[in-house]
Amino acid sequence: MKEKLEKELKDLIKKCDARLDELEREYGRQSGFIEWLQFRGISRRSFLKWSAIMSATLMLPPVFTKRVARAAEIAPRIPVIWLHFAECTGCTESILRSANPTIADIILDYLSLEYHDTVMAPSGEFAEKSLYDAMKKYKGKYICICEGSIPTNNNGNYLRIGSKAVTGLERAKEVVKDALAVISIGHCASYGGPQSAYPNPTGSKSINEALGINSVIIPGCPYNSSSLVGTVLYFLLFGKLPPTKGGRPVFAYGKRIHDTCPRRAHFDAGEFVRTWGDEAAKKGFCLYKVGCKGPLTYNNCNVPGWNEDISSPIRSGHGCIGCSEKAFWDKMAPLEKPIEARTLPGIEAVADHVGWALVGVAFAGMGIHAVYSHFKSKSINNQGEKPCCKNEENE
Amino acid sequence: MAKRTIIDPITRIEGHLRIEVEVNGGKVTEALSSGTLFRGFEIIVKNRDPRDAGLFTQRICGVCTHVHYDASIRAVENAVKVLPPRNARLVRNLIKGAQYIQDHIIHFYILHGLDWVDVTKVLQADPGKTHDLAMAVGSTYNAGKARFSAVKQRVENLVKSGQLGPFANGYWGHPEYKVPPEAVLLIVSHYLDALEVQRLGGQIMAILGGKEPHTQGLVVGGVTCVRDILDPKRLGEVIFRFKKLKEFVETAYIPDLLLAGKVYRDYGLKNIGAGHKNYLSYGDFPLSDDFDRKNMFFPAGVILNGNLSKVIPFDPDKISEHVKHSWYKYPDENKGLHPKDGITEPNYTGLNPDGTCKEKEKYSWVKAPRYDDKPMEVGPLARVLVAYASGNKEIQELVNGALKAVDLPPSALFSTLGRTAARGLETLYIANNVEKWFGELITNLKNNDETFTPYDLPKEAYGYGLIEAPRGALGHWVSIKNHKIEHYQCIVPSTWNFSPKDAKEQRGACEQALIGSPCHSSEKPLEVLRTVHSFDPCLACAIHVARR
Repeated sequence: MKEKLEKELKDLIKKCDARLDELEREYGRQSGFIEWLQFRGISRRSFLKWSAIMSATLMLPPVFTKRVARAAEIAPRIPVIWLHFAECTGCTESILRSANPTIADIILDYLSLEYHDTVMAPSGEFAEKSLYDAMKKYKGKYICICEGSIPTNNNGNYLRIGSKAVTGLERAKEVVKDALAVISIGHCASYGGPQSAYPNPTGSKSINEALGINSVIIPGCPYNSSSLVGTVLYFLLFGKLPPTKGGRPVFAYGKRIHDTCPRRAHFDAGEFVRTWGDEAAKKGFCLYKVGCKGPLTYNNCNVPGWNEDISSPIRSGHGCIGCSEKAFWDKMAPLEKPIEARTLPGIEAVADHVGWALVGVAFAGMGIHAVYSHFKSKSINNQGEKPCCKNEENE
Repeated sequence: MAKRTIIDPITRIEGHLRIEVEVNGGKVTEALSSGTLFRGFEIIVKNRDPRDAGLFTQRICGVCTHVHYDASIRAVENAVKVLPPRNARLVRNLIKGAQYIQDHIIHFYILHGLDWVDVTKVLQADPGKTHDLAMAVGSTYNAGKARFSAVKQRVENLVKSGQLGPFANGYWGHPEYKVPPEAVLLIVSHYLDALEVQRLGGQIMAILGGKEPHTQGLVVGGVTCVRDILDPKRLGEVIFRFKKLKEFVETAYIPDLLLAGKVYRDYGLKNIGAGHKNYLSYGDFPLSDDFDRKNMFFPAGVILNGNLSKVIPFDPDKISEHVKHSWYKYPDENKGLHPKDGITEPNYTGLNPDGTCKEKEKYSWVKAPRYDDKPMEVGPLARVLVAYASGNKEIQELVNGALKAVDLPPSALFSTLGRTAARGLETLYIANNVEKWFGELITNLKNNDETFTPYDLPKEAYGYGLIEAPRGALGHWVSIKNHKIEHYQCIVPSTWNFSPKDAKEQRGACEQALIGSPCHSSEKPLEVLRTVHSFDPCLACAIHVARR
């Protein structure tokens, strides 16, 4: 068994190196990445440290650290077109400041963006020129990142973009058509976002639903930027998007908020906050009774934490609202009330006494996605989880 | 007819904005502002639990993510008649203070700076002279000669690498870029510092509000961070960050602002980008536990026609919204409706065959709010002018000091430059006062650790939350029936500033501000962008709308 794994690992490394060589030939070796890091004041040493953390996040053994670094250096040469649809720009803001570690932000923030209308300098015609130039020059070679959902009611008139006033759907279609891979970020692009909550007046749909594709989704309101960077790096290393479950990368969405909750011991001990600011709240007890949706929510808020791991909603005393789950605005509301019994049978009864009942459920769901989990990903397409639209078209 | 120039997308803003201008003889003669995305939040929150409205409407905007949350919670509190305890009031002021400081730093250096500063001029700068300049103007933050050399080197490397990323395709080399190379190097160097420093604001918001963007620590009746504020270590983390932010504001933001202000004095002297000179502030940062609008850190009030000798008291009943030129339907479109009775029925009528806006008909998803039937500018300039004219000593000192430094009269405030300057000055005003609020919080915690006031949700109620967001006056109106939301309306800062024309054909604040603005090249309308960006547009916010 051990030998088999070692051999598989060796093969994987070989393939990965070959792929990186190929990418360098294709997109060029000199990426300017190191220059950008220097521009932002980051040393080579910190960069390697970050690469090690990133490898671990992606559940790759340490031998991949150098390769992650190499992939990160190539990343800026992979053209990215970042589109905004019906959204609030919180996901872009998330890369400006919330994430940990910083280098992930830099990659997203500066390096790879051929088109991104929040931070780019040109406006109007010149911005559109950047878009069309990039689409032409990098046809079939760019990654398209979508932020926001697509309004489809009223002939798509609820969103019109650019000097030709194309609808969101038209813009998405024209850009996605020639993309190498598509990644949908945030709740809006992944599941439709708050504007798609009942009664969904604008007919907002997720990217996958509106376009009939199968892009990898990185939900959350907003999402954690390390989840996106991890996905991109994985793509560079292995030529495919990472293993997903329900469309979400397992490395980031493999565990429930409940499983990694800093207040978990209080749940298990039956110690609950019952009113905001009560004695239990001062002691940091479990927030389940004031509406925490952690037991139903798969996300990594607790582990990398927010704003460079300085806090997270649960740490500051508010329950999880389930923002990385489909239709959470409708299914999990009212948000200050505990999950209804119909959603999780028996939990009301159990919560006060045991809580342990849930632990088993959690781990059964996760499986053991440890270090070598990516081996399994080889068969990912066969499981119907197509990582990007391109693959789908090819099939 | 002059050729219509369409600028769409406007970049370095939140959301989807189109500006169309007509330029005659180097001057803008017509300007249209059109919001191009509609989402319908007010329809969606209907029939939901009023306590969820805050988390919902917060998603209107991801940039100043906290303020909609705040406004919505305040509206529901106003409706159910509950006042949060002192600790909660102070925590909210601190979170919002951090939001303002962070937001304004990002705006000045990252979103607006490239309109005034040609990054490529760094290559001609002398680091030694830059150091001398920094010392001379007091812009001393991270201002060693070695630092400037390093930054210059980094920009050089970047240019050599050919990978300009988001800096590519800017209007570099435009003749209207007037800041000399050494000042550019200084400001670009602080641009890099700003990227790091602004995180601290987000961290303060996260400590007291869980995470940022989209804080999650407010509830109707209080705040949830009780454990954090009872923990001395956490409090230390907050105050340390406020001090760092203040240092940056004092030794980078303000001196850099004045430095650029001197270069672009003309904007002030000629009142370029002044607009209607009508200003509105709802007042915010409550200083007393009863949330009395008369006792706010930023006072409420209205200024008309640039008359600083008279501040008209603010009356919430005088707000109305028009839709004659917006893609909505009213039974009678010749008059506006108060948000309490607002109607939002989408009615998209399209564009001209050549792709331009139908300026005689409807052309935007943004409604046209008016105060007493007059178009108003909201935001930092409005707040600062209302405070200035109301006799706020601290603001008067800050404003007069800045005017003296750039040698301009008070009338120069009515301009694009004034708008950008006011944003910086109010940042300093807040940075100077957060420590005091922080002290009050600690003092109060010694006797009282309450963070929440219990209340009963009434069957029927009506209320509003009128606050000041970084971008300006923000209002949420809520009606509750059978313990559920029956009606919800928001009017946000960018709705005021980027509104289209109203029933009386009066232009919105930004449209008016663009009229008469110089525009040397309609292909590279840099001056237009300066004025548009000076309002710090936030378009997802502006088009929230909907009813029933």
